[in-house]
Amino acid sequence: MKISREDVLRVAELAYLDLSEAELEMYRAQIDEILEYIGKLNELDTAKVEPMAQVLSDDQTADATLREDLIVPCAVAEDVLKHAPDPEPPYFRVPKVIER
Amino acid sequence: MQMATSWTIDGAKDALAAKKISARELAAEFYTRINEKNSDLNAYLTLSPERARRQTDRIDALVAEGKPLPPLAGVPVAIKDVISTRGIKTTCGSKILQNYVPPYDATAVERLEAAGAVILGKTNCDEFAMGSSNENSAYGPVKNPLSPDRVPGGSSGGSAAVVAAGLAVASLGTDTGGSIRQPGSFCGIPAMMGSYGRVSRYGLIAFASSLDRIGPFATNVKDVATILQAIAGRDPHDSTSTTAPVPDYRAELGKPVKGLRLGIPKEYFGEGMDAGVRKKVEAGIEVFKKLGCQLVEIRMPHTDYAIATYYIIATAEASSNLARYDGVRYGLRVDDDSLLAMYRKTRGAGFGAEVKRRIVLGTYVLSAGYYDAYYLKGQKVRALIAQDFRDAFTKVDAILTPTSPVPPFKLGERTDDPLQMYLADIYTVTGSLAGVPGISVPCGKIDGKLPVGLQIFGPPFGETRVLQLADAFEQAGGAAV
Repeated sequence: MKISREDVLRVAELAYLDLSEAELEMYRAQIDEILEYIGKLNELDTAKVEPMAQVLSDDQTADATLREDLIVPCAVAEDVLKHAPDPEPPYFRVPKVIER
Repeated sequence: MQMATSWTIDGAKDALAAKKISARELAAEFYTRINEKNSDLNAYLTLSPERARRQTDRIDALVAEGKPLPPLAGVPVAIKDVISTRGIKTTCGSKILQNYVPPYDATAVERLEAAGAVILGKTNCDEFAMGSSNENSAYGPVKNPLSPDRVPGGSSGGSAAVVAAGLAVASLGTDTGGSIRQPGSFCGIPAMMGSYGRVSRYGLIAFASSLDRIGPFATNVKDVATILQAIAGRDPHDSTSTTAPVPDYRAELGKPVKGLRLGIPKEYFGEGMDAGVRKKVEAGIEVFKKLGCQLVEIRMPHTDYAIATYYIIATAEASSNLARYDGVRYGLRVDDDSLLAMYRKTRGAGFGAEVKRRIVLGTYVLSAGYYDAYYLKGQKVRALIAQDFRDAFTKVDAILTPTSPVPPFKLGERTDDPLQMYLADIYTVTGSLAGVPGISVPCGKIDGKLPVGLQIFGPPFGETRVLQLADAFEQAGGAAV
């Protein structure tokens, strides 16, 4: 077994994801099977391989120079807040996070 | 299902210029057809008639004033619902964004409209583009217009289905592991993903940022080229969009392909391929032979590791990208007195099964103690897969493969086994990982019924050659092999 029930619980906690009991067991079994399959990568010796951290090679990269640090107007605040779950313009309201 | 009137981009533009039809009438014709057929297909999630009307008025005014018409003047198009459209609901096929209205347009959308296209609406897709059958949409599956008991492919199933059913002249989809090419194949139309960096991802709601690409569906290769032309090119809003100049993608269409070297990788023709698909793809390869291309057997030895690599990298990036759905700024919120419980409940209720599965897997492969064994290993094997392509392109001009190992399958047939569903992407994920351009072109139908796609890969930024080959194949009757 590659992944335990405790592993799934720990990961769900890291991802802030509520899972039901049924989901927990279902995902454990399915992810176990997927990880088993992924294990085939160990057939390859990659000790000397550089990990591919980006897709474009150096000669294809986007403009390498940094853009100028300019302030540009961005007038979307009203639109954004209009569709927020609990807006209190100009803020988003959330449950209390600091206990006195 | 009967194929509807087949408008092409040039056909629409010519009819407008000749005043045979107005842009407004053309859009109305499409909306009429959508109203007749969409309740069966479930391919559009949202229609945008007001926005379409503003654009058709603009185009009709140009016609009336006798001004030159832009390349996509009046062309009715559809946009996958993971691509942001200002003022038009964009759900990503998810409950967590069921009321989300973006405050800005994706660059690709902005460019399509600037080129004259008329946006009819937003198309259904697998939730956050995660899926190969469109059955992971929170808004129900799309049906394949050619065979309604079957899936249209995914994740861009709606974008493929609307074009195949004549409910748009062209559409935009997104491809992370095959999500443009595979539904193109399943719905019997050409569909293309350009090189990574060719089309700006600005406004594409992220699934896996090192893999996600926006690209076109159309009824013919020339139209695919025209749409790609309109959306390609550097965008200061996406630092991974390249400054490499955009060539004229239509310039080589119709020129002879004789003498081009086409690689046939042995690894793409092994076990697991449906016999009917094999027969059609082999017949498709014969078409290129008759066109005078030189067929070269090649090896791409790391192909068999692509699915494993892809499901590490894609889920890792997804777990990070989807962290933003926390019930604070947009979308669904499930209330709770505690902030952390609010996050957990919102995400637990808002995401569907496949998305949660991938968040759990992606978080796991990135977590302490497993990062080296999975994520780093995946990145290293990704480098080997990219090297396979570089090696191949020292020997050949393009690579021919099947798009999918299987023809469109029946709705519900594969939903219980995620790994089996993942394996359906076996021929497409390689190109996604390597960053190369790829197209799927129609390559016959099994028993005259189930469409098969032939995939053509080119070297990075080799879109012109890929399109030229696809067009030559189409012109030579490849769709009817």
